[in-house]
Amino acid sequence: MPRTQHTAGAFDIRNIIGGLIGLYGIILVLMGIFGDKELDKTGGVNANLWAGLVMLVIGIAFLTWARLRPVRVPEHPESGERDAG
Amino acid sequence: MASTIIDAQFVDYLLIFIYFAVVLGIGLLARRQISDSLDFFLSGRSLPAWVTGLAFISANLGAVEIMGMSANGAQFGIPTVHYFWIGAIPAMLFLGVVMMPFYYGSKVRSVPEFMFKRFGTGAHLVNAISFAVAQLLIAGINLFLLGSIIHALLGWPLWVALIVAAAIVLSYITLGGLSAAIYNEVLQFFVIVAALLPLTLIGLHRIGGWDGLKDGITSAADAHPDTIAPAADQLNSWPGTALTGFSSDFWSVVGIVFGLGFVLSFGYWTTNFVEVQRAMASNSISSARKTPIIGSYPKMFVPFITILPGMIAAVLVTEIADVKAGETVAGGASGEGVTYNDSLLYLMRDVLPNGLLGVAIAGLLAAFMAGMAANVSAFNTVWSYDLWQRYVVKDRGDQYYLVVGRIATVAAVIIAIFTAGLASNYSNVMNYLQTLFGFFNAPLFATFIVGMFWKRMTPTAGWVGLVAGTLAAVLVGVASEDALGSLSQGWIGISGQGASFVAAGAAFVVDVVLSVVVSGFTRPKPVEELRGLVYSETPREDLVDPEEASRPWYQRTLPLAGIALVMVIILNVIF
Repeated sequence: MPRTQHTAGAFDIRNIIGGLIGLYGIILVLMGIFGDKELDKTGGVNANLWAGLVMLVIGIAFLTWARLRPVRVPEHPESGERDAG
Repeated sequence: MASTIIDAQFVDYLLIFIYFAVVLGIGLLARRQISDSLDFFLSGRSLPAWVTGLAFISANLGAVEIMGMSANGAQFGIPTVHYFWIGAIPAMLFLGVVMMPFYYGSKVRSVPEFMFKRFGTGAHLVNAISFAVAQLLIAGINLFLLGSIIHALLGWPLWVALIVAAAIVLSYITLGGLSAAIYNEVLQFFVIVAALLPLTLIGLHRIGGWDGLKDGITSAADAHPDTIAPAADQLNSWPGTALTGFSSDFWSVVGIVFGLGFVLSFGYWTTNFVEVQRAMASNSISSARKTPIIGSYPKMFVPFITILPGMIAAVLVTEIADVKAGETVAGGASGEGVTYNDSLLYLMRDVLPNGLLGVAIAGLLAAFMAGMAANVSAFNTVWSYDLWQRYVVKDRGDQYYLVVGRIATVAAVIIAIFTAGLASNYSNVMNYLQTLFGFFNAPLFATFIVGMFWKRMTPTAGWVGLVAGTLAAVLVGVASEDALGSLSQGWIGISGQGASFVAAGAAFVVDVVLSVVVSGFTRPKPVEELRGLVYSETPREDLVDPEEASRPWYQRTLPLAGIALVMVIILNVIF
């Protein structure tokens, strides 16, 4: 294939989603371990910790997806190379 | 800070700040990729179906949806799901399967432009102007709710909050156009789920699960039989008399299925350019058709994170329970008394620890900004292409209309600040909005559907049907007890959501009847001009993507739509 292509990189929406949700996950996990757990509000569950862990997993999943099947931006949009969508 | 509803701490502000940094970053990144006006308005038609599908529902998952649906959940309970399972989903599937090929295939840039090709100037003007006005009003509602969250959080006066919020929305739309709006909507979807899912789960845990919720609703209804609908009505979706306000079970079901399901929802989802614009931004006719269908899957489960927390709040939160019992409670996000619209805010205050609280606030702010941005970006497309380019200044270069679009964006945001003031006078935002839908959208769907399948329908019938249908809806609104606030005269005994359903039904019937009658007297367009616009005049191969048949079943339109339909029927049977 002589046609040159470049990947969407940081502009790939999956990297943005993965990065933001993952970062939120890290902050919540830290809050769950070190912060005030406020168990009276949550009814005895360490909500920050669990929500943080789930977000971390989802964030990593999006980053992995973007890494494994990158979006290729075709030089000529008309030639219609589809992405992994 | 003691006077604010929500007591946020450093970590909460940090989470909110991160979100805003990312949003503005997207705007800046998107700016580098914009080269012409098609890029700005339709993202250069290049996005994959899952992105446009999520944006499709996110554009609607704004303030009105989240606050309005949780408010309805708190007030009416389970019957609110009809907005999703009878209303939105069937209409979204219909859009993807039947109507999208006409929109995408005819290469129009907006829904009003389709109207222009099919019916000419009259219907086009009516549609473009009424749509533009409605978008400004709805943008105002979104802005009002956005401002009231900031007020609740920081204690700023409402008008200061409104201006700051408007400035942020403005900066990210003008920076990136539709691409930035769509990227933010997709991102927003995930943040909203991250905000509302823990809220719902923790709330349900606190209240003692589903059984605890049922017990709470039952005992509240028994204690105040005069002000609260019976628990059985709140816990079963049918016949939904609490929602419609009709005393007859039969007419309540008819009102929901025909008024809400068929007319209002089909009108909204299939002709509303805010939604359709997202699908038009996709990269092929197949993706465009799949956009609403993929969107319908997450949409099915949105009630569980909007209506359910509203119901929980009405039991768990003292203030909301008092409002439901008919008392007046001081406070609330607007500072003018607690309303059902405050349900989520109070529930967040009561069950979320700092940290998750920040995520929840970021999610709400995200949703309201995205909702408003969606209204504004749809408005500026219609304004630039359909009004300015078509009627005012015709033959200028692409760059010229790009500038017009940017100016329209600024103007729309400024006008939205004023309409936000208008919106603040209505306690139940959903009511107000349904009224608007009835007036603008119900006749629109009738005209589209008759025009797409009946080639005899004439241009004159197009605009006459629209105008008469809208007037019929207004008339019903005036005759009802409260659909139009103080304008309503109470000649007929319908009120609340039920009045909206009747107004929509009247608009639909009047539109169809007049379209048929007027077509009998006037001259239709020549059939050769109707290719791609009317079903019988369009070759089948124009309506489908030739590559689609070779793809696996999970990438094809019809199997995906069929599965979604089966799932939504199952949901209807369960509840």
